[in-house]
Amino acid sequence: MVRELLKELVETHGLTGYESETAKIVEKYFRPYSDEIKLDKMGSLSAIKKGKSQNPNRIMLAAHMDEIGLMVKKIDEKGFIQFTNVGGVDQRTLLTQEVIIHGKEDLFGVIGSKPPHILEASERKKSVKMEDMLIDVGLSKEEAEKYISLGDPITIRRKMLNLQDDMVAGKALDDRAGVAVMYECLRELSNMNHDCDVYAVATVQEEVGYRGAIPAAFNISPDIGIAIDVGFASTPELSKDDTADLGKGPAIGFGANIHPKVYDRLIKIAKEYNIPWQQDICPGATGTDAWGMQVTRCGVATGLLSIPLRYMHTSVETVDINDIKNAGKLLAYFIVSLNGEDLEGMLCY
Amino acid sequence: MSKINNDLLKKLLETFGPSGNEETIREIIREEIKDYADEIKVDALGNLIAIKKGQGKKIMVAGHMDEIGIMVSNIDENGFLRFTNIGGVSPFTALYQRVMFVDGTLGVVGMEKLDEMKDLALSKMFIDIGVYSKEEAMKKVNVGDVACFYTPFVQNGDYIMSKALDDRIGCYVAIEALKALKDCANEVYFVFTVQEEVGLRGARTAAYGVDPDMGIAIDVTTTGDTPKCKTMDVKMGNGAAIKVKDSSILTHPEVKKLMVEVAKENNIPYQLEILEAGGTDSGAIHITRSGVPSGVISIPCRYVHSPSEMVSVKDVESAIELLCKILQK
Amino acid sequence: MLLKKLTEACGMPGGEGEIREIILAEIKDYVDDIKIDRLGNIIATKNGKPGFAKIMIAAHMDEVGLMVKSIDDGGFIKFAQAGGLDERILVSKPVLVGKNKIPGVIGAKAIHLQEPEERETPLKTKQLYIDIGAKSKEDTEKLVKRGDYVAFDSEYVEFGNNLVKAKALDDRAGCANIIEILKHEYDVTIVAAFTVQEEIGLRGATVAAYNINPDIAIVLEGTLCSDVTNVPEASFITKLGEGPALSLMDSRTLFPKNLAKRIYDLAEKNGVKIQYRLPSAGGNDAGAIHTTREGIPCAAISVPCRYIHSASSVMSKDDFEGCKKAVKLFLEDIKEGEYIHE
Repeated sequence: MVRELLKELVETHGLTGYESETAKIVEKYFRPYSDEIKLDKMGSLSAIKKGKSQNPNRIMLAAHMDEIGLMVKKIDEKGFIQFTNVGGVDQRTLLTQEVIIHGKEDLFGVIGSKPPHILEASERKKSVKMEDMLIDVGLSKEEAEKYISLGDPITIRRKMLNLQDDMVAGKALDDRAGVAVMYECLRELSNMNHDCDVYAVATVQEEVGYRGAIPAAFNISPDIGIAIDVGFASTPELSKDDTADLGKGPAIGFGANIHPKVYDRLIKIAKEYNIPWQQDICPGATGTDAWGMQVTRCGVATGLLSIPLRYMHTSVETVDINDIKNAGKLLAYFIVSLNGEDLEGMLCY
Repeated sequence: MSKINNDLLKKLLETFGPSGNEETIREIIREEIKDYADEIKVDALGNLIAIKKGQGKKIMVAGHMDEIGIMVSNIDENGFLRFTNIGGVSPFTALYQRVMFVDGTLGVVGMEKLDEMKDLALSKMFIDIGVYSKEEAMKKVNVGDVACFYTPFVQNGDYIMSKALDDRIGCYVAIEALKALKDCANEVYFVFTVQEEVGLRGARTAAYGVDPDMGIAIDVTTTGDTPKCKTMDVKMGNGAAIKVKDSSILTHPEVKKLMVEVAKENNIPYQLEILEAGGTDSGAIHITRSGVPSGVISIPCRYVHSPSEMVSVKDVESAIELLCKILQK
Repeated sequence: MLLKKLTEACGMPGGEGEIREIILAEIKDYVDDIKIDRLGNIIATKNGKPGFAKIMIAAHMDEVGLMVKSIDDGGFIKFAQAGGLDERILVSKPVLVGKNKIPGVIGAKAIHLQEPEERETPLKTKQLYIDIGAKSKEDTEKLVKRGDYVAFDSEYVEFGNNLVKAKALDDRAGCANIIEILKHEYDVTIVAAFTVQEEIGLRGATVAAYNINPDIAIVLEGTLCSDVTNVPEASFITKLGEGPALSLMDSRTLFPKNLAKRIYDLAEKNGVKIQYRLPSAGGNDAGAIHTTREGIPCAAISVPCRYIHSASSVMSKDDFEGCKKAVKLFLEDIKEGEYIHE
């Protein structure tokens, strides 16, 4: 099931600021497992699953559904499209990618630039700058302008790839893998009893500075907020200190952005239910929705789970589905473990 | 042909008001609008909030009163002033410009001897107020005192040239819209914000206090119509710019759609704007409390943050009309 | 001695527990209410008379330091920074690792073994490691775990003309002063906020100010002081021994002039040395507090600290005492109804 959800999620387009199509997919999958679905003013989608308690505590889960991408900046005389980036795009990964321009209709295009054989040798040694690239939509300026206008979002066209075993690759797994974790969690919870109200929030605009999570957290005002995002997985060129391993479970964040008691409880639950887990050391800013949630109103006890992911911010991001399933299970058991718990006591320093 | 109120513009543009020092400009604006607003207040940071009552949606319009400037950090034995920037002051645009302190004291920005011009930095520059000693200087200026650029306002044909068009021209648009606004069902909060240039600080607290349903900032944007400039599809004189994106906000798609529709229905010249660097008050407004769908009407402006910024009268008029029509919708 | 106890205790951003315990024990008899919020801020209220303003006084408990990232096969500890440090100051310092304060040293290759150009290049955090004298990874793991906080091992020393050397004067000096201020009675209501996570982005103050919603706020800090030889006076920022420093502008806040001036004038009138902190980069909790809710006017008054953010920062006890005096003078001067916002 989660593989189908993941496929549908990452093959849907939802550039930062333009997440409504992705939200529809999230809603379709989340609805059977939640009591209520709400869209907030920024476009973040909350799936609410009510708890059994008379006075329920509120747990907010946050995974962002936006993806980095491009935006139409100018249509030039020959009908080529010049573009800028939204979020942290590595310009070196763009050349000759296939893209979709989301204008009046979705338009297919290819990212090109000056061909290498007319370049000076010295020029070839440098990566091509984004401002020197263009998108070829095969239309004249007049024709292009019928479909495309300034500010139209552009995303990479990429099918999800099934690699060996349970590994998959695609675009936007950062952080639709996290959205899939929330799905797994809600699904698990449907067979369990829990006291807390659970708000599974697919947030918008994380890639430009968690702009969706801040108002969402203000609105929900949760007692505990847990962000599910992706983290760097080990590859040959990266130091072991900075990475987690693919397939060895979600990485549980530790540091100033994380409430120590939430961290302790997550580890306790992982051990208790034999869920594989790893540790993610982050002394300062985590740059995730957890960073935005923590300083909402009078302060929120936050946690952070990271799904190990290779090649972050490219269109071939790679994850292991088992990590997603395990993270969902961990969250569900965590939430159930709060039954009958006095949160004031538990979260006290 | 032009309906532009040059007297008001001159007053707004030539008045002193670097970030954190908006008292003088605030009084000028307050005086100008007092007969048109139902209620006027000033909040703890100094934002001026003028309310036009109505039964409909609560809309916050924000134009920032502050301009970039400098603050004196040291006075040497010979009366030269060292300084630091308030907001985005480039050493290259500041060099040999005149500056004005709140009491009208004028000075010129000079520099130390440099081997290469590219080494120019504010730390190697000073202000000369034409005195010969520290004692003499301290009769006029103290450490911590603030100055803005000093250039006269010019309007000729379709262009306006001045310091502080960023964002007194936004204030002007908001003032004229407030004056023109009749039969408006919506409740409109015209907020003249402080401290935008140092990080959208005034808009943040004002938006929290107002708690609006929608936010519209009026500010300047850069253009892509000067020789060999960075690619940008905004031209001075082509109409008010409706912002799609900058580094502080991705305009809510519904707000953008509304703005474009209103411009089309009323035949108001407009262009879409994608600004690759820079932000404005809507960046703070839209993530306030539970979120505020927000947009920006920009006035295309050449040479932003220089002592001679330039905008088009036609664009200013389009912006006023567009704002009025949006508020009435 | 309070400042000695506070500076020799360890509290990195997010791990302020030890400091919190010391402060709680010190203030409990002098305040009417104590809360600890979800981030770990202490919020202590000392009620004043009705009709007087509510003043937030903030100092941050955290200090800059390190965090254990991994342990290598030889038992050496790799680390990351917790808060902004100049990495050039790290090498050859003694440190304390984890809750049990396991002693260690930050080592480096001997000068004899370095290439000439190496001596000119500062060592990066990634190249450095902590040696606790363990024989193997297993040995180290018995005493240290990933995520443990690491603090400088630095004794509180009084020397010279009434000077103090210690680590973490930024901002235990502020904490110590608030504790002393709370021991007196005032007409105004004081809400003391001992904040967490200032060094990684004013995190604690953000939520504390929201929670307290005061009429005005005063931030007590340790701040830059570069009044040493070969620095031009224009770059001193503050001068040691010239009294506590009132902020005008830093990269996070433009301070309302009338508030700063009132504190300055009051101190001057009462014979307490005081100076302005020259406008410069840096920022403190005021940056978060003043943009909270509908805006909260802030003043910041700091003890000048040379070599700040290192194992050996230096302050003058006169400036430290002066800071407390200046704040008290101001608090006592506030009249009924003053500063109260609608």
